Amino acid sequence: MTALFPLIVSGAETHRRGKVLVGPVDLQLGGEGATVIIGPNGSGKTTLLSLLHGTARLHAGTITWQQPADVARAAQSFVFQRPVMLRRSVLENVAYPLLMRGVRRTKALAVAQEWVARVGLGQMPERAASLLSGGEQQKLALARAFIIEPQVVFLDEPCAALDGRSTREIEAILQDQKAHGTRLILSTHDIGQARRLADDVVFMRGGLVHETAPAAQFFDAPHTDAARAFLNGDIVE
Amino acid sequence: MVDLWDGLTQAFWLVFTLDAELAEIAIRSLYVTLTALVIASVIAFPLAAFLAVRRFRYRRVIIAVLNALMGLPPVVVGLIVYVLLSRSGPLGVLGLLFTPTAMIVAQVVIIVPLIASIAHQSLRDLWQEYHDLLISMNVTQMQKMRTLIWDARRALLTATLAGFGRGIGEVGAIMIVGGNIDNVTRVLTTAIALETGKGAFGLALALGFVLIALTIAVNLMIHWLSQTEREGRW
Repeated sequence: MTALFPLIVSGAETHRRGKVLVGPVDLQLGGEGATVIIGPNGSGKTTLLSLLHGTARLHAGTITWQQPADVARAAQSFVFQRPVMLRRSVLENVAYPLLMRGVRRTKALAVAQEWVARVGLGQMPERAASLLSGGEQQKLALARAFIIEPQVVFLDEPCAALDGRSTREIEAILQDQKAHGTRLILSTHDIGQARRLADDVVFMRGGLVHETAPAAQFFDAPHTDAARAFLNGDIVE
Repeated sequence: MVDLWDGLTQAFWLVFTLDAELAEIAIRSLYVTLTALVIASVIAFPLAAFLAVRRFRYRRVIIAVLNALMGLPPVVVGLIVYVLLSRSGPLGVLGLLFTPTAMIVAQVVIIVPLIASIAHQSLRDLWQEYHDLLISMNVTQMQKMRTLIWDARRALLTATLAGFGRGIGEVGAIMIVGGNIDNVTRVLTTAIALETGKGAFGLALALGFVLIALTIAVNLMIHWLSQTEREGRW
């Protein structure tokens, strides 16, 4: 496996109907741990994630991986805030990315079975995915994201609509993957989650990166007033 | 009223005695329409998936035309196919006019827009659901289409059944291109038209009831085979 990182973003911008959604963003992300993007609603967290992932159009600037674009893209997964369930069984959902990559069906299903068990859905591989609870669906989405053994996984507020227990289980899976060396880049507006998971923090506001810092430094002594206010629980727009 | 009752009893006896002629035209009806249905589905599903997945310049126009063609008058389709297949027509050398094959061709033309339109609606909705995920996974256009068709298979079945309904009850086109020739191209609907013309209302009605029963039977069978309307399935 050759290194994708550091990821270098310079002057990246994306628009919609003439309005700048995000940018210009300058950012450099190293190859380890978890980066947590925090910020108020509408500050561009989701858009920044899709921009880095390559699913939002880059109107200006550059986003450079240390590998050709297609290689980089194949080593990434994305987990959505509201998981998309294919109209198939749990097992088929998890096996899907492997099947699309040309893995033989028996092999893909066997690997999927492992992953299903690993995220705690081992009791229900044949259940229709759409019948799962919100937490179970998100766990399925994680298994589906990790099954391709990506080098980096983007997660857009993965626990936004979940209760404490599901959140804890999902964070455990994420910690585990982080320990295995998978790079995580996730957005959240749950500051507690940011504290638990982050190695470094990107604070966004109004479509711009307002502050970046290692997690410890950011949570102890943020440089900007807005970040300080946000951490204090004040309303920041 | 007497005619209706008469028709029902005749229908009963025709079926009960396994009337050979009835069996022949009923089987031909099924053969023509089911064959047309399979061919039309093979054309319409990928077309519908393509229109759902791909954004191109004349997409909206094509969808609008397809929707409009759902109401294509069978008589006109029959006429056009007739002209194409007739001896002096461009496909005359094939010698297909007044054969079941010609009837299948006409029915395919009639059914494709119907199946494609209905299929497109459900595939489009499913694509909206799947869009972000499949784009993120960077799957190929062909994989997108196959995923949609497979995962929407139950909705597509409904489209197929609608196509079957239109085909099996259709008389205008197959009358023109088939010619309603006894033992060759006579099917239930053309036989009904003929018997009605002759004033044999009892027999015509009997054939009509057989046609309705056949339609219901095929629908039920397909539903049963595909296990729709069961909990937790699509």
